[in-house]
Amino acid sequence: MADAALQCGITRMTLEDVRKLLEAEVIVGSSLEQTPVEMGCGADLMSDVLAFAKTGALLLTGLTNAQVVRTGEMADIVGICFVRGKRPPEETVNLAVTSGIPLLATQLPMFESCGRLYGHGLKGCSEVCGS
Amino acid sequence: MSDKEIEVGPEERISKTQEMVYEMKVGDVMTRKVITVHPKTFMSELREILRENRISGLPVVDDGRLVGLVSLEDFIKWLADRQDDCPIEAKMTGKLETLHEDDPLVLAVGKFEKTGLGRFPVVDRDRGRLAGILTKGDVIEGLLKKLEIDYHQEEIYRHRASHIFEDIEADRTTLLFQYDVKGQDFKQAGGSSSRLKRTLKRLGVRPDVVRRVVIASYEAEMNLVVFTEGGKILARVRPSGVLLEVEDSGPGIADIQKALQPGYSTAPDWVRELGFGAGMGLNNIQNTSDRFDIQSEPGKGTLLKVAFYPKEEHGDTG
Repeated sequence: MADAALQCGITRMTLEDVRKLLEAEVIVGSSLEQTPVEMGCGADLMSDVLAFAKTGALLLTGLTNAQVVRTGEMADIVGICFVRGKRPPEETVNLAVTSGIPLLATQLPMFESCGRLYGHGLKGCSEVCGS
Repeated sequence: MSDKEIEVGPEERISKTQEMVYEMKVGDVMTRKVITVHPKTFMSELREILRENRISGLPVVDDGRLVGLVSLEDFIKWLADRQDDCPIEAKMTGKLETLHEDDPLVLAVGKFEKTGLGRFPVVDRDRGRLAGILTKGDVIEGLLKKLEIDYHQEEIYRHRASHIFEDIEADRTTLLFQYDVKGQDFKQAGGSSSRLKRTLKRLGVRPDVVRRVVIASYEAEMNLVVFTEGGKILARVRPSGVLLEVEDSGPGIADIQKALQPGYSTAPDWVRELGFGAGMGLNNIQNTSDRFDIQSEPGKGTLLKVAFYPKEEHGDTG
């Protein structure tokens, strides 16, 4: 984890760094180390994600229904991490495969997940310029 | 008719290669990083040089000037004759067939065929300096690469439909797409917006515009699914922007001003549990669009009209 932290300070955080920091399991997705994460967004309200997330964000959420992936697709989210040990149903996984959005799952609760990432330099959506 | 079609296919492909052989230059496919050897190098050292670089021959160069070519064959001949060690210049081929960078590839192909040689040095037309080397392998690799690039570009061109706006001749072009949305079908919800997103991307609509359009369309689609028996999403795409029309036939919104207040919602709990229905939908649509108009009549239905323009052309908008 120290390695990941060090890397994040210097270069941009990738989904692989996120996976390490959150000790997360990969449900869908490959080449995580080639996927840069620009910012983080923690929300259970999808309309908030649509309103506030910007292109290149990672979504942390406690919801696991297929609309989470749809939301990610519309908002150009680069990856979704389910918190507090939640596992997505099959239809969510299938949709993630079709739309090419990586899915991770961590045992950590929402607050701690966000805290770890923020503490290691991942920006919040209001701190990043862009569409 | 079908017989003829089968014949035409391969013929076309051959003529494509032939065309490439005439169009491409030696300089396009030759190897530029050439391993060379000095004329004073000893024959006994040649084996190691060939082995290390996995080559079967190389140009002999003195002060940048090409003086000959020495090959594995020359080396074997020297070995077989059991002669004493000597500088390469004594055994190399001095009279050379060379090519120039701007020679068409077809000339090189002809030369390979005529001479039976495996490689030609490519020299500078003015000063006779070595510019590269061309083997049959280089020719084949170069042709394959060009074919691959051409194929790839054609694939991209075929997939992208953005050229439609350039191909079609009119004073004004509008493409119209309709998506039918089923009510109460939460599993399929978002599917229309997803298809619209792929369509807009293929049409070459700017990514920031695509994002705003589909966020609005997705929220509107959610409203159709949650509150109505279904409806339709119409997307009008023009080079200047995208217009969305979302229409349903009921139940309608009793108080539009109230519905536009952030946080005001009449959505049932099951919708809230899925992450929607918090009274943000219409606000999101309003915020992402550049023009917003909604008309509704209880019992009759709702018509939402929104427009999106690329940012620079339309000033400052949310």
